[in-house]
Amino acid sequence: MRAVSTPLPGPTAAAPRPAAPPGRGAALHRLANPGRFLRLTDRWLPWLWALAGLVLGAGAAWALVFSPPDWQQGETVRIMYVHVPMAWLAMGGYAGLAVLSVLSLVWRHPLADLVARELSPAGAMVTALCLATGSLWGRPMWGTWWAWDARMTSVLVLFFLWVGHAALVRAFDDEERGARAGAILALIGALNLPVIKWSVDWFNTLHQTASVTRIGAPGLHVALLYPLLTCALGFSLAFAALVLARSRAAVMERRLRQAQLARARRA
Amino acid sequence: MSGASSGMSPGASPGRGMGAARKKRRLWVLLLAGLGLGTATALTLTAFQDNLVFFLAPSDIATRQPGPDRAFRLGGLVETGSLQRGRTPDGRPEARFRVTDGPATIPVAYVGVLPDLFREGQGVVTLGRLGPDGLFRASEVLARHDETYMPPEVADALKRSGHWDPARGAPPPAASWNTLSPTASPIGSPIGNPIGSPAAEAKSGG
Repeated sequence: MRAVSTPLPGPTAAAPRPAAPPGRGAALHRLANPGRFLRLTDRWLPWLWALAGLVLGAGAAWALVFSPPDWQQGETVRIMYVHVPMAWLAMGGYAGLAVLSVLSLVWRHPLADLVARELSPAGAMVTALCLATGSLWGRPMWGTWWAWDARMTSVLVLFFLWVGHAALVRAFDDEERGARAGAILALIGALNLPVIKWSVDWFNTLHQTASVTRIGAPGLHVALLYPLLTCALGFSLAFAALVLARSRAAVMERRLRQAQLARARRA
Repeated sequence: MSGASSGMSPGASPGRGMGAARKKRRLWVLLLAGLGLGTATALTLTAFQDNLVFFLAPSDIATRQPGPDRAFRLGGLVETGSLQRGRTPDGRPEARFRVTDGPATIPVAYVGVLPDLFREGQGVVTLGRLGPDGLFRASEVLARHDETYMPPEVADALKRSGHWDPARGAPPPAASWNTLSPTASPIGSPIGNPIGSPAAEAKSGG
């Protein structure tokens, strides 16, 4: 977290500001300007981090101390407060990656490539946490660490898609070609999202069906539902802040490299 | 997909009109490719649906007819009143129970330690072989819980008021209890899904 009062002098001052083309794509192009992205996030990112910490702190206290145990799972149910937000972030983040990929492939949005590149390691991390917490939860409740049912297998595929995307975009000398290949992989992999979501309804699985997003009332008592939603919001804010911070660092790294190149040429 | 990027260098854009047409074309190629891939995936999943299930329900056994030497997973609810615990001659814990999905029921024998969540009315997935005598000899029993979570006090209130017997299946519709105060007096109003219909919940819930 960086203090607002000490912005890095370089990127904000040296930001080239190409005139945004007028017309329909103007809003999109405004966002595409890395200088504007740096200025905006420099102002908002510390607040985002602070808000994430606040919500996450409240959510953790509520989930771990003040919420009741489950009538049959006992205290083990508290794994849910990490597992479910990680699962939602893994899928929501991947939906975001798919949107960035469309922006990249169709509109050649330069910032979309950059954010996608910084998003996939974070997405792989939350998916790995989802799988790990699920395994820790499955052992005491189901009696097994792992089962090859449709839900677990499709989430494992999602993890490999995240890792594959992170590796693929870095595997090319030409960054733009890497971004193109990664975007195509991400869009093909997006077909996995509905499979994950509805795997528990389409196939017999060991994993339970959806508790929160089911038709009718949530299957969770509000004493467990509200702390879960708070934790989910907190983790989501922290995830967004992490991806934005990584993207900022990537923009500045690129600027630095360009400046060094320019200096080397002059010398 | 390759058509979207071939012959287009991103650096050279001769004019806004041309660029917009190009973007439109790339969008259409993406949409068509997505549609095609989506259809292919849906068809594949439908074709392999029978092989993608983690377990067979008791009523699937009649149609699928797995032979006596094929190991498979059998899943359903533990039938109320069917659980008998004992010990094998060499002192290991043994359990006999019936797994039901409503229309069909299959007796199961298992030697070993049952998971903590195992109880009558609970969902289970068992791995084993169906003998010619109709007895399913399981080598592994996994507990399967439904998608409802509630504090112990709320569960007690539901049980006391007679709206729910966990041994007989899933709890009543969540809307009737998920905002119930844990300390409130037992709920008075009659609610739907009367006890005694575990069959309806056997596939989706348990």
